[in-house]
Amino acid sequence: MPMRSPICIAAWTCVNISDVSRDQVLRQIVKPLLFIACLLPVSLLLWDGLRDQLGADPIEEITHRTGDWTLRFLLITLTVTPLRRLSGWPGLIRLRRMLGLFAFFYACLHFLTYVSLDQGFDLAFIIEDVVEHKYVLVGFTSFLLLIPLAATSTHGMVRRLGGRRWQQLHKLVYISALGGVIHFLWLVKSDLREPLIYAVLLAVLMGYRLRKQRA
Amino acid sequence: MAILLRKPPAVRSDEITDPAVYRARRQFLRGGAAAALAGLLPRDLLAAAARLKFSKGPFSTDESKTSLKDVTRYNNFYEFSTDKSGPAKLAQDFKTRPWTVAVGGAAEKPTRFGIEDLLTRFDLEERVYRLRCVEAWSMVVPWIGFPLHKLLAAVAPTSQAKYVAFETLHDPEQMPGQRGGLFGSSLDWPYVEGLRMDEAMHPLTLLAVGLYGDVLPNQNGAPIRLVVPWKYGFKSIKSIVRISLVSQQPPTSWNLTAPGEYGFYANVNPKVPHPRWSQARERRIGEFRKRPTLPFNGYADEVAHLYRGMDLRKYF
Repeated sequence: MPMRSPICIAAWTCVNISDVSRDQVLRQIVKPLLFIACLLPVSLLLWDGLRDQLGADPIEEITHRTGDWTLRFLLITLTVTPLRRLSGWPGLIRLRRMLGLFAFFYACLHFLTYVSLDQGFDLAFIIEDVVEHKYVLVGFTSFLLLIPLAATSTHGMVRRLGGRRWQQLHKLVYISALGGVIHFLWLVKSDLREPLIYAVLLAVLMGYRLRKQRA
Repeated sequence: MAILLRKPPAVRSDEITDPAVYRARRQFLRGGAAAALAGLLPRDLLAAAARLKFSKGPFSTDESKTSLKDVTRYNNFYEFSTDKSGPAKLAQDFKTRPWTVAVGGAAEKPTRFGIEDLLTRFDLEERVYRLRCVEAWSMVVPWIGFPLHKLLAAVAPTSQAKYVAFETLHDPEQMPGQRGGLFGSSLDWPYVEGLRMDEAMHPLTLLAVGLYGDVLPNQNGAPIRLVVPWKYGFKSIKSIVRISLVSQQPPTSWNLTAPGEYGFYANVNPKVPHPRWSQARERRIGEFRKRPTLPFNGYADEVAHLYRGMDLRKYF
């Protein structure tokens, strides 16, 4: 006759209790702390700006830093699902929307820096730049793709769209992240190391999803 | 009845000098005097050595100069780093003495020049030039140097000399950017550049050994670099060790890396867009709004005739 170990029994009986307390920790401690952490890059940017620490071309520096963080937050957001499965902690999903919205927040800063500081709101030049330079076009498209995702991020919108349709729509984030990586790859002159790191990370995250789907 | 009231001490304890410090006061004074003396003497001597003797040369723009701070902290020098703030830190210990520049090839008197020789043999001039990077930013730099044609004349080019090829030092020990990594290196080393003979002989074309009155800072291409102000910055090769007179158009680094993006000529041209950057405008470092880019970077009167009859869209 199979024997059940005491640990198994403990896990059965306590699973709900421990999950509840873990999710409470997540909601009341981890999430607020993470929220503050997500604001650190923009705070540092402001701080450096005030102390004239953004180098000889501050506009370029602001553009690069906000772009970097957009890509980083997109990848961090895409790590939530694999992390949930691997850690067996479904509660982690509660962090996903916030992280995704921070990706959108940095994308907005990046886009606004480009439109205002870099191009001086000169629409003719912006249109020419978007049409003529493929890396700008890809970056611009990736930004546009994030708008419907941010707009449908509320619980109300999830309900209105229905879970399935909402999920279908939010697969756009994969295309947006891919576009972001290509935007970076096409933008560097010769040193591909940094964009390739992002490409590899994205490939790993996407590979995980494809394998899960097939399995 | 006497009431004992605690009176606060007249001097706060943290204001009282530590006895150890007090006892060492004479030593402190002696040290201070020595430091003041040391600071006075060698620093002025050093400064005198670093300052260059020069006269005002022709072709200088009266546009406001980019600050020394920005000129020396915003450098594209991939031998050290692909990050523009990197060379200022990573080139600090770069050795520029001893240094020789081998000038030869199709020349009757090929010569290896020591850097000290180059600094004294030719009269140094200050030339305040615009510098336009292919990345659509620009600066105004007060270079100190001498025209390249003087050096070339010294080696007596033969009739075979149609082009001039330049080469940067290749020294991965000193230049971390040349070491390469997991994904290989950013460019093939050594960095090479080239000019057509008439471009090289043009009086605007300068070999710079200094800027802002001092010897070149390492991150700006010490000890000797080329400055071709009507071409994109990448033509102005840094830390030169070899100059060869050749009969064929020499290979150039950025052209080898991406022939569709960087041509041999690389003349500043607002009408020929680059796949990444519109070349119609530029940001002058230190300014907010972009300004229109001028053909040949504003030196059209001096150099446009060199390219008469050439299709500049083809020979970009």
